[in-house]
This record gives sequence, C-alpha cells and structure tokens, in this order.
Amino acid sequence: MGYVAVKGGTHAIEESLKRMQFERLKNNKVLDVDVIEAGMRGLIDQVMSESSFYSEQLAALAIKQAEGNPEEAVFLLRAYRSTLPRKHYSKTIQPEEMRVERRISASFKDIPGGQILGASADYSHRMLDFDLMDETEAEVSNWLQDFASGEGAEFMETAESRLPKVLDYLRKEGLIADCPTDHTEPDDVTRTSLTFPASRSEKLQILTRGQTGAVTSLAYAVIRGYGMIHPTVGELRVGQLPIYLENPLHPTHDEDDAYFIGEIKVTEVEMLVPATVEKENGHKELQLAFGYGLCFGQNETKAIAMSILDKSLEAGDKNVPTQNEEFVLYHIDSVESTGFISHLKMPHYVTFQSKLNDVRKTRKIQSKETEEE
Amino acid sequence: MQIQYNFAFLDEGSKREIRRATLKAIAIPGYQVPFASREMPIGRGWGTGGLQLTLSLIGKLDRLKVIDQGSDESVNAVSMKKLINKTTGVIAVEETSEATLIQSRHRIPEIPLKTGQILVLQVPMPEPLRMYESSELETKRLHGEKEYSGAWLMLFEQIMKYRSVSTGADHPVFVHDRYVMAPSPIPKFDNPKMNSSEALILLGAGREKKIYAVPPFTKVVSLAFEDVPFEPESFPGKSCKQCGAQDVFMDELYDTEEDANYYQCNDTSYCLSRMNQQFS
Repeated sequence: MGYVAVKGGTHAIEESLKRMQFERLKNNKVLDVDVIEAGMRGLIDQVMSESSFYSEQLAALAIKQAEGNPEEAVFLLRAYRSTLPRKHYSKTIQPEEMRVERRISASFKDIPGGQILGASADYSHRMLDFDLMDETEAEVSNWLQDFASGEGAEFMETAESRLPKVLDYLRKEGLIADCPTDHTEPDDVTRTSLTFPASRSEKLQILTRGQTGAVTSLAYAVIRGYGMIHPTVGELRVGQLPIYLENPLHPTHDEDDAYFIGEIKVTEVEMLVPATVEKENGHKELQLAFGYGLCFGQNETKAIAMSILDKSLEAGDKNVPTQNEEFVLYHIDSVESTGFISHLKMPHYVTFQSKLNDVRKTRKIQSKETEEE
Repeated sequence: MQIQYNFAFLDEGSKREIRRATLKAIAIPGYQVPFASREMPIGRGWGTGGLQLTLSLIGKLDRLKVIDQGSDESVNAVSMKKLINKTTGVIAVEETSEATLIQSRHRIPEIPLKTGQILVLQVPMPEPLRMYESSELETKRLHGEKEYSGAWLMLFEQIMKYRSVSTGADHPVFVHDRYVMAPSPIPKFDNPKMNSSEALILLGAGREKKIYAVPPFTKVVSLAFEDVPFEPESFPGKSCKQCGAQDVFMDELYDTEEDANYYQCNDTSYCLSRMNQQFS
C-alpha cells in the first residue's frame, strides 16, 4: 500500500545518512584536516572565495566533510557563516599595502617594480608527475632544506615587497580616466537584499563570491562574442593584505591606534579595456577604461573573469545577457543555483497532481468540443 | 575545535532583522518585503525562506508542526524537524489543531486554522508577475502602480489556448484589493482557505529573498473572470481509500496488484485523526 511509502521518512533518512558516512569511511583511512590544509591550497582558496569566509582551517574541515566536493564545502561554510554575528567592520584596506608574492602585467613588459612570476601553474607542463605516487616525507624535508639555503632566502625577500600600481603610471600619462576615491559606505549584500539598479559595491561583492565556474564561463562569453572586445590584463597581483580594526572602545581614526588582526591572501586584477569616448561635435576618441576584480586566495582565472564582468555590467545594455545585471548577478551564486537545481529531487506530488488535473480537464473540454463539431 | 550553535541556529541580530521584515509584511498585506536571506544548512530552494521565518519566531514553548506536500513524514519535513529540534529542543507535533507554528510546503491543512496559529509557507517563486516580466526592477514598478493587466492577460491567454486556466498550483490571488500575490505553490484547492483566515499566514522565499504575509481576516480573492469563474481542483466521486473522506485534496496512487488507481487524503494528519475517530 501507498501508505508505507509516505510514512517511514525518518528511518529512511537515518539509513541514507549512514550510507553516506560509510562511503566516506569505507576505505578505512582518516583524512587529517591539517593534511588537507597543507596540500589542497587550490581547493581551499576556491572554497573560501565562494563562501565569503576566510579561514583555511574551517575550509579544510568543510572539504573533509564534503568529501572534496567544492559545492558542498561552500554550502557548509556559508551555512556556518550565517550563524556568526557581525561585530566589527575593518578599516578600509589599501591594496597598495599588499605584500606581493606574484605580480604580472600583460600590457607592459617593463613595469615599475618588475614582473614577479611567483607560484603559478601557468608555466608548468600539465603532465602527470608519476613520482608523486610515492613521494615521502623524508624527500620533502631534504627538498625544503635545499630550498631554504638556495633561492629560498631570495624568495622570502621578494615576498616582502610593496609595489606601485601599473594603473597609477597610466593615469599620470592621461591615458585612463582619473578615478576619484568614493567614500560612500558600501552596501553589504549579506545584510540587505539586492535591488536594481545595483550599486557598484553590491555588484563587486556578488561577483567576488560567485561560483568560480559560473563567473568564468560568463566572462568567457563576454570575450567570445557576447558583448565586448578584447581586454588586456593591466596588472594581476597575488599577495597578503593586512587587516586593521578601529579601536572599538575609543574610535580615534588614528592609523597608529588601530589593531592589526591578521592578513588575508587575495588576488587582485586591474583589467584594461579600450573604450570609445564621445567628445564635443560628435568627435570620437579612444581611451582605456578598466574593470576590477578581487577575490580571496589565489584564484587568478576567477579574479580576471570578475574584472571582465565588472566592465561588462557597466556597459549595461540589457539586451546583451552578459551586460544585464539582473541576469548575471542573480545566477552566479553557488549556493543559490545548486540549491534550486537540487530541489527538483524533492517530491512534487501536490504540484504535479494539480498539473495533472489541469491537463485532463483541458483535454476533456477539447475532445468534447471536437465531438460537437 | 568545538562550536556551539545559537538557539534556533541564527544569531540574535539576524532573527531580529527577519522579524522586522515580517512585521512590515504583516502591515502591508501581499507586499513582498525584501530581506537579507541568510545561508542555511539546507539547500537554497529547499525551504530556506520558511525555515528562516520559523527559526526567527520559534520559542521554547511553541508547538511546531512541519508538513511537506501534505505529509509530516516526508523526507524534507523530517529533516527540518530534526534541524529545528537540534537547535531549539522543540519537539514537533503532528495534530494540526495542537500546533502553534506550522511550517508547510505546498499545502494548507484540511482543518480550518485558528486564531493564534501561524502558518509559514515555503515559497519558491514569490513574484506572481515573473511569468511575463523577467526583470525585478520592472515588476516592482508594476506592483507600485497597481498595473496588473499582464496578470489578467496571462489568464486570458490560457483560456484562449486551453479553454480553461492552467495555472496549476500557484494561481495568483488579489490581496485586500491592492496587491496581486503568489500564494506559494499551494494547489488552487487551498486558495480559498487564505480568505479571511483566522490564523496569520507568512510566506518566505529564501533564494529570492522576500517575505510577505496575509494577516488574519484579510480578503484574498483568486483572480478570475465573470464568465470563467475560478475553479479549484476537484475529485468528483472520489473518496479516500483509508478514511473515506470526500471533498479534500487527494493523492492519486496506483495499486500494482489490482492494476487500478485509487485515492487517498493528501493531508496525512487529517486522514489519521479521521481514522482514529472511526475506530474509537
């Protein structure tokens, strides 16, 4: 009887959860959270970025619990994030303060301060390294010792550098429009819901926490033929940014009185896009406009994609999907898109019964009318 | 690292903010109040809007009932009850009349709700005008100007195409002569239960970040034309195989042994209490 199928949900869920536990544990190995944190930097950075939550340790825990599935790990962290009260806002971060680890420009070979390749897979051959199959900790220790006595020392030095921005140089030349600092308090998309037209701060926040794949494919669509001509990376930098808090008891706005609470690793991109500006008398002139991208961790593709979409949204022709802010901003969130897609797995008995009723009724009316004819 | 969660999962600041949006929604019946929907430990689209309403309202003395598609034992209902119980200690009841707070997906219970009860509905698509206007900015303007000719046109086109309205579940309603509202995907059968309801009805859409409400004793009319009146789903001549009820919303089931269809009350708690009465 049908009743059995409806009842017994509790027991069925218990068994399903147990089965999932089994799948995680069946090989009788325990994945150490420290090991994930040490060895899965790419995944951790991606998960932290999509979660808008900066904690390498909790990201590692979420990855363990989610069995390495980034969509689930982001879900876990975002849900945890929503339980935390918002106590303070940090002081505005100046990206010039970044301790740069990697910095490249695709626009200028000779940038002030030079190019720093840093750690990147861009220059590696993507060939499976079978030696990693039996890498040992002893080998690793040896390698580390050699590194520390060789280039390691130099590496530590460059990691300390603070470098000027390429765009400042272009601005001095008068090639890009001056961009005055905007002191408006940013809207917080986790505290107010999105309204349109969206403010620039809302757009940037939604883009930065967008799902890596979604942000990348929409930006890909922009440069492939849906909206914009070819952009050039003015500057891409990866490094540590210091975070300061105003003294909560005696807010003085004095730089020296602020508390240093730690550093976060971010990727920042300033993208140059040729734009035509209309002058007086219908005169047209070429100028360089720029798009901005910044996200947690080393997430270079995503930060570049974000800067492209930032510029694309500014163009704002609603007939082009990638320039339509409602289309882009509503659909790139990992938690929202996977949640609604996965809800299709839930029962829809009532809605379907109702639809069935309509289908039968319209058919009955139609066939009756045909008979009458 | 051991982490303790706050009572009812959300932090106090979030709960207060959701309650404020709820109060505004009650003050303007049928108007969709935007709120900063929190990420929840269940999927966006799995009832996070309803859950946030429930968690922001629930107290230790509340008696909670959770229904999914008419059933207290459906997997999603069970999973929510577990989460709410884990973070509040409140144990759910099944009897509709005993509950103070009822969270539901897709159904309004068969027995009439009473003063003092709150019905929370989970809403996937809060915007009744979305079918013909994809822009949020535009629909907000249409609501502001009470410009609903599109909604009427949509119904008219369905009648032209199919000779009857085919809105399925989620047939739009007119609330207190002001706002056209999506009644969440409840079947048309349940629409009339919203009219002048004694209980407060709250509707929450988590993914779309909207809260709206039908306060007690509010006029709710399903959109219809004079010559093509509103028609809820009906099950003429059918009765529940278990309790014999008629004129309730029914599930259509299939018996493989007899190779025939049969019907059962969709509201399992209603069916169960009817069966208990018959046997006592």
